[in-house]
Amino acid sequence: MSAQKGQDSVSVGRSGVTVVPAAGTEAAADFSVTECPGGPLLVRGEFEVQDADGAAIPKNRETVALCRCSGSRIKPWCDGTHKLLRGASEN
Amino acid sequence: MLVPAPRGELSASLLNVLHAGPQATAAMYGQLDETAARALAADPDVLRSDDLQLTLFCLYELHYSGLDGIDPDMEWQPELIRVRRVIEAAFEAALRRTVPVPRAPAPEAEAVASTLFRLAAEDHGPSVSRFIARHATTDQLREFLVLRSIYQLREADPHSWAIPRLPVGRAKAALVEIQADEYGGGRPERMHSHLFARTMAGLDLDTRYGYYLDQAPALVLASSNAMSLFGMNRRLRGCIAGHLAAFEMTSSIPNSFYARGFKRAGYGPDVTFYFDEHVEADAVHEQIAARDLAGGLAESEPELLEDILFGASTVLTLDAMLGEEQLAAWKEGRSALREASPTGIDMQTLAADAAASGVPA
Repeated sequence: MSAQKGQDSVSVGRSGVTVVPAAGTEAAADFSVTECPGGPLLVRGEFEVQDADGAAIPKNRETVALCRCSGSRIKPWCDGTHKLLRGASEN
Repeated sequence: MLVPAPRGELSASLLNVLHAGPQATAAMYGQLDETAARALAADPDVLRSDDLQLTLFCLYELHYSGLDGIDPDMEWQPELIRVRRVIEAAFEAALRRTVPVPRAPAPEAEAVASTLFRLAAEDHGPSVSRFIARHATTDQLREFLVLRSIYQLREADPHSWAIPRLPVGRAKAALVEIQADEYGGGRPERMHSHLFARTMAGLDLDTRYGYYLDQAPALVLASSNAMSLFGMNRRLRGCIAGHLAAFEMTSSIPNSFYARGFKRAGYGPDVTFYFDEHVEADAVHEQIAARDLAGGLAESEPELLEDILFGASTVLTLDAMLGEEQLAAWKEGRSALREASPTGIDMQTLAADAAASGVPA
């Protein structure tokens, strides 16, 4: 797992989804991204999730998990499907 | 909550004391002690004992929303705390005998998280969620909600006990992060307990807390009681952290099956929103709970690691026992609910007992 801070924006796998600092916040300072091994990206702080066209995707909670396995039925959010796609020892 | 019917002489003695409140006599407390000693001396199957689990449930309830019509001051009545500890000790011992604990990894967050994810992935207990998705009738869907309502109408509360019991740092921050989301992130209409009530209402069920308590089998009460046991005893803070982690890890995918079952039966978004919300929320919570709550706690207090694993495994073991009971009933075309008052002890008998002990009605 690695937590990153201070980036301008983060692309999420091949999904076309990008995490950018929330409007009105200092760029590159106010959110953190944690890579969960074999699982989603966990994003906390002041951020916005944008689709491939740069439009904001409304989010329902403060901290979100973004799908990286492409298997989720509720993309861009994780729904735990990665656990069914790989070996039992991964998460 | 609504006051349940007693399930044996022990819960009858307790309700007798509770109804009497500050006027409870030494004789009533004496009877409570005696019945507790007798119930435990009989070497019972504590996890499946209706009388013991209901008694413990009511004793814990004094610390939650209380029992309707019972003096709130009974919460800290020393005699009741004492009898609770006696029953708790037997309950904890039964859990520790029954629940297998996996080999502990190094007390490092990532190692703890992957041990917990593996434990949950290797769990092949009976799948109530698959049955709900494919086969459940409307009556069975209703029974499913009734059984879940004992916990879900107060969803998240038992784990909140752990907040002040965790050290300042990563684990506490993680628990509060999860709980804030459980309680709706400041929006009461999004509180998970509220969403569950909405689902129940969609199937014409009563959403008053305790309304279906008499129909909940001992194992359902044991599941709730395990959370209260772990949450209210600071020495067991490792257990409650592990419990929440396993709870979240076994939630996203089953909830997608539950949603499917209710949709199949023709219910709309007002009913299924609760399950859809859990698919998304718990995929977030399981990561936080495994890494930051359980993993973070293992790093700051490595001596709690065994209990973290025990708490997690408790979820899987009790779910499997409960699921087996539920599915066996449904597959045989029986109800999974408990028949009310098979002991034949009713409130009139209690009132008569109370009157005989000199307590005004």
